[in-house]
Amino acid sequence: MNKIFIIIQREYLSRVMNKRFLLTTILTPIIMVGFFAGATFLSISGKDEHKIAVVDNNGFFKGNLQDAKDIHFEFPENVDTSNYIKKGYTDIIIIPKFEGTEKTDYIIRSKKRIGLGTEDKISDRINAAIEDKLLQDAGINRGSLDSIRSKSKFAELKSLEEGTDAATESNAALSYGIGFGSGMLIYITMFIYGAMVMRGVMEEKTNRIAEVMISSVKPFQLMMGKIVGIGGVGLTQFLLWIILILGLSTAAQFLIPQDVMQQVSTLQQYNGQMPGGSMVQAGDAAQKIYKFQHTMSTANWPVIIGCFLFYFLGGYLFYSSLFAAVGSVVNEDPQDAQSLMLPITMPIIFSFIIMTNAVQDPSTSIATWASIIPFSSPMVMMARIAYGIPGTVPYWQLAASMLSLIGGFILTTWLSGKIYRTGILMYGKKVSWKELSKWAFRKNQ
Amino acid sequence: MSLILELENLKKYYATQKAVDDISFNIEKGSIFGLLGPNGAGKTTLLRMITGIFYPDSGSIQFDGSTFNPTEDIIKIGYMPEERGLYKKMKIGDQAMYLAQLKGLSKSEAMEKIKFWFKRLEMETWWNKKVEDLSKGMSQKLQFVTTVLHEPKLIILDEPFSGLDPVNANLIKDEIYGLAERGSTVIFSTHRMEQVEEICDHIVLVNLGKKVLDGTVHNVKQQFKENKFSIHLSSIPTAVESPAFLVDEQKESELIVKINEGYKSNDVLNYFIQANYTIDSFKEILPSLNEIFIKLVENTHSTARAFQQVND
Repeated sequence: MNKIFIIIQREYLSRVMNKRFLLTTILTPIIMVGFFAGATFLSISGKDEHKIAVVDNNGFFKGNLQDAKDIHFEFPENVDTSNYIKKGYTDIIIIPKFEGTEKTDYIIRSKKRIGLGTEDKISDRINAAIEDKLLQDAGINRGSLDSIRSKSKFAELKSLEEGTDAATESNAALSYGIGFGSGMLIYITMFIYGAMVMRGVMEEKTNRIAEVMISSVKPFQLMMGKIVGIGGVGLTQFLLWIILILGLSTAAQFLIPQDVMQQVSTLQQYNGQMPGGSMVQAGDAAQKIYKFQHTMSTANWPVIIGCFLFYFLGGYLFYSSLFAAVGSVVNEDPQDAQSLMLPITMPIIFSFIIMTNAVQDPSTSIATWASIIPFSSPMVMMARIAYGIPGTVPYWQLAASMLSLIGGFILTTWLSGKIYRTGILMYGKKVSWKELSKWAFRKNQ
Repeated sequence: MSLILELENLKKYYATQKAVDDISFNIEKGSIFGLLGPNGAGKTTLLRMITGIFYPDSGSIQFDGSTFNPTEDIIKIGYMPEERGLYKKMKIGDQAMYLAQLKGLSKSEAMEKIKFWFKRLEMETWWNKKVEDLSKGMSQKLQFVTTVLHEPKLIILDEPFSGLDPVNANLIKDEIYGLAERGSTVIFSTHRMEQVEEICDHIVLVNLGKKVLDGTVHNVKQQFKENKFSIHLSSIPTAVESPAFLVDEQKESELIVKINEGYKSNDVLNYFIQANYTIDSFKEILPSLNEIFIKLVENTHSTARAFQQVND
């Protein structure tokens, strides 16, 4: 037992005390955030100034079009599509004869392509102007309409789910996000850490250290030491990511202006409404932050995180021993590994596909069964758990899934251990599937 | 003298061959024992059974007077396999430390022993280097150190000198002698017969999974001697003919003679004395282990047997 601890220690420390580990741990979330931020930025780019000439022969919009940031509307005389650039405008909008009853196209011509965000803004302004005009024609006051609108927003759809004691608020979009996110994370880490185990075993075999080690420790100890050590590396990485995310979001709070934060905390106190009727309106930003925080709080985080850790570890143990067995039978040629890995990667990919469906519809019979069978349960169950226990996932299903996963990884570890101890000392021979199964089910060595 | 290892009727069959087929022999405590055999004779399988990596299909192993228990006794064995290696990215000091701890040494014990051996073999400056920076000979030395570090009762060295230059080979050889003097038993497996002749007290030759030779180096040589003698005369002899012997080879004044059955070496000397030759030297020619090895192994198709099917 002491020996396996020494092996775990080496496997763990040699990976964690490594510059590359720290770098990937810190850079991965930053790169991911950067990637999304970059994608968002690109889609709304078009930050450049727009000076738009509006050709409105009916005078329909005059004085009604409001400028936005970086967008200025002007109503010059004697400007048309042939000379607007010369006169210093970036774009020109031609308003056709507007009847107000039929849908009409208006055309914007630009010096250069306008971004999606800018296009949306321009379209918003024009529609608002039309709306104003129509309201005016119908004799409705803009101010009273606004107050009606904001009052009507107090009624909001909140879906409640039947629980055991009290109906808890649920949020389908959040459940989807959590289910998909955690399923995806398990999918990725299964490959990353499984491959890490396999490479480690292959290294021991090709460097010929296996036999040196086997003369001191049992093959099973060597295999388990590696699996547990690398599992620890995975947990450490998750822990660091959680700390990093918490740290970053705390830091982000300081970037929000003080008065907005005050409004948010007031909203929290009064359950989403400002005290004293609509006398004091909470700012737009505060409303959004409150809404985000409120949505996040509808999820049962302790259960989700607990289950995530369980299914991550269970799934990892289930598959990593299989990866170890593959590593032990591979010779010098890494291409052998490719074909031997196929029977392991196929169920993982297949589970991922089931997971993407289960996250949309968590109660189908295929999702239910896939969340109990240990081959696919780590991913599929996480997708379902996000929708709530015991509402979507009854307790008996969770228990069956967890027990079968535990049984599953004991079985795969046992079989893999038998393949491993023969394979690790076998050189220069390509192993067939028939031989592998013979090794796995042999009583003695 | 007491025995460190007693093997009795060991058998280990694989699907395609009888790797070890009924082998028995004993090894005395404190001796240097040579385990010889051609490639694929079953040596490695035999060694893996002695080190507890494989279980024998049948037969028994007695280690130091009691039944061999791999889990317990493995600490008392140091095995340097033929297929050996180290973690490339690991520092040399850490590597030695790791292997020593796996052999049951505490951290402080391990540190003390590593320092002792590193100093002895002039490796102190290597501590923080990585294994991948070492030459083949250097890593071989490190491998030897990690094998003997925990002062095992039984040391098994499979081709310990491969990749070593003569200076380092001598260094290791001296250490092997030293370990045997201090009471360790050394099993030495190699194809290099001149090394066996020089180092080993006792040898066993296996071929095709069976034991074909067992005895001290001296006895084995006596057993295979062909009654050949070399004679140096002061002048070149002419027309040498005697019922006592045949001339095998003549090189100027040196003769190699084979004594016929029923005659003795003195009959050869008498012949030359009577023929009035001055004898400068007279020496028995014993076969080298190399010759014995080749004689026993040749024509047994030992290398082809890996592809034969076992019938029973």
